[in-house]
Amino acid sequence: MSLLASFRDSARAKPILERIRARSGGPASIMEFCGGHTVAIFRSGIRSVMPGRVRMLSGPGCPVCVTSNADLDRAAALAKLPGVILATYGDMLKVPGSHESLAEVKAQGYPVEVVYSTLDALKLAAAHPDREIVFFGIGFETTAPAAAAAVLQAEAKKLRNFSLCSVMKLTIPGAKALLSMGEVNVDGVIGPGHVASIIGADAWRFLPDEHGIPVAISGFEPLDLLAATDAILGMIDDGAPDLVNTYSRIVRPEGNRKAWGAVERVFELRGASWRGFGDIPASGLALREEFAAFDADRRFPLDIPPSEEHPACRCGEVLRGVAEPTDCTAFGTACTPEHPLGPCMVSSEGSCAAYYHYKRQAV
Amino acid sequence: MSDTHILLAHGSGGTRMHALIRDLFLPAFDNPYLRQGNDQALFETPSGRIAFTTDSYVVQPVIFPGGSIGELAVHGTINDLAVGGARPLGLSVGMILEEGLEMSLLEDIVRRMKAASEEAGVPIVTGDTKVVERGSCDKIFINTSGVGIVPEGVNIDGAAARQGDAVIISGSIGDHGVAVMSERRGVQFSTPVVSDTQPLHKLVRRMLGVTKDIHVMRDPTRGGVATTLNEIAGQSRVGIEIDEEALPVSDEVNGACDLLGLDPLYLANEGKLIAILPDEHAESVLDAMRATPEGAGACRIGRVVEDRPGIVRMNTGIGGSRIVNVLSGEMLPRIC
Repeated sequence: MSLLASFRDSARAKPILERIRARSGGPASIMEFCGGHTVAIFRSGIRSVMPGRVRMLSGPGCPVCVTSNADLDRAAALAKLPGVILATYGDMLKVPGSHESLAEVKAQGYPVEVVYSTLDALKLAAAHPDREIVFFGIGFETTAPAAAAAVLQAEAKKLRNFSLCSVMKLTIPGAKALLSMGEVNVDGVIGPGHVASIIGADAWRFLPDEHGIPVAISGFEPLDLLAATDAILGMIDDGAPDLVNTYSRIVRPEGNRKAWGAVERVFELRGASWRGFGDIPASGLALREEFAAFDADRRFPLDIPPSEEHPACRCGEVLRGVAEPTDCTAFGTACTPEHPLGPCMVSSEGSCAAYYHYKRQAV
Repeated sequence: MSDTHILLAHGSGGTRMHALIRDLFLPAFDNPYLRQGNDQALFETPSGRIAFTTDSYVVQPVIFPGGSIGELAVHGTINDLAVGGARPLGLSVGMILEEGLEMSLLEDIVRRMKAASEEAGVPIVTGDTKVVERGSCDKIFINTSGVGIVPEGVNIDGAAARQGDAVIISGSIGDHGVAVMSERRGVQFSTPVVSDTQPLHKLVRRMLGVTKDIHVMRDPTRGGVATTLNEIAGQSRVGIEIDEEALPVSDEVNGACDLLGLDPLYLANEGKLIAILPDEHAESVLDAMRATPEGAGACRIGRVVEDRPGIVRMNTGIGGSRIVNVLSGEMLPRIC
């Protein structure tokens, strides 16, 4: 059996499931912050095997989903600037902004290029010296090191036609904002494995220490998620909130210092606008003054009209965990992956997309 | 051939076009039907119903691990005939070439088509070539159509799945999709995944030799197994239940899918078929399939159920359950 297969093995899953079912505490709401976890949970059918006491909630950890319409509108406007090629991850393409998605902008003939990594964007810049390559940088701590590396490489290679439109966000301030709003009851948290691999498991220690909420850092395979859920339920039932790292094959307590060092060298903190949350102080990454030559915000100042939200879209509430996708009257009718009203229906990590693909009943 | 690249003149109807046909296509695809030299191929038909199908191939890159646009164009159309239970009689080939295409690449693709056609025993009986200006197509697009004969007593139909039927597949899934995607993204694996492109008509003949009572047969190409099963569930108005642990996926494809963010259930296959048939025939048909190279990895993956008509469900590895939806939007660029 391959290493991967062993984390999907039913024989290994069974005893963990039995342990989860044998626990006899009261109702427990467990939130996964990470969109990758949301999808993995639905794909593996984990919600369908949980005992009735466990309620699983999806949180705000989908970087495409929390990108505000104002930032999407800015990306569309950048793509329409003469001489600019907008490079973006494919996931952003279909997300509707106030008036149009980047896919629609591309269809109008403006250059929007899908890249698989920031380094592909650098290759574009090298291949088109007469054009300005603007990389639309979305993501959390996981993608920030790649963006930082791209800026550092562009500087080293003197690629003056590359710039970054940074809308990158930090998960810890996002999680703190969610908890401080007090709208949703969270008894335990499945901690984001990939984010923790960069910033360290210990970064999530504030959950048990400051909020009394147990957290288990988890990987993305079914057994990872079952083990994390089991650990969280154990801490809830014992009344002993703590931090447990069930993804120790990847995540170290201190994270990846080298990767985060690059982020700190290139970026500084600034406020950022999150869909569903509004402005959260010190939750975004902006290029430092020293890298202003690579900062699309500084190089292409734009006057963007105020953004608009689709009145029927409830992505904001879904991201805060106060509404399930199926609570939304547009879900599966006015809003589908082909005709999305909001990002949660089209992002590969979106809750609405996960519900639509894996849980939707006959519509 | 003296030209090193395709010129517009190769599609103009003049001497260059005739030279291309005379020197490249005719010798490669040579057979009595082509030798008739008419605007159409004429052939005798045995009794039975005629099956007719067409497909266009625009895959990029045109050469990928395990095959090329040439093999796909031959196998794909043979397979569309085969999964209807038809014995393929012949194929047409329409080529749209981009001005500037390297002649050596065209020759390579034609050689591959010749080999695929000969190996399958299905002749290319008529053809057409057009050349378009640079930028009007991407190197080479190929359309193939095919005709075949469906023997008496064979009634394979997407609407014919019945409650209690077994759902079987001829081998591992996702290989073609991963082969093309890894080539496109410049990702290399220590064990390279190669396309499964292959003709299935001989396998189908063996299956029908065991029983003609096969209700549904499809080749899960674009959209993959998930989309094909959803089509069948919709057409037949039945529920389909599959078992995650029964799905044949190689470790290499699983690993590549994790890396590239793909789901094997939605990846194209170019040499696999799904059959839905009465449960009592399943084991004997599977035995016959496993005795062939094309069906060596054949296995059961699920069953047709009464509840939730139109819906495909999967029993997951950890004992859960979830819906398997159709592919929405374009997960993948041009792959076939």
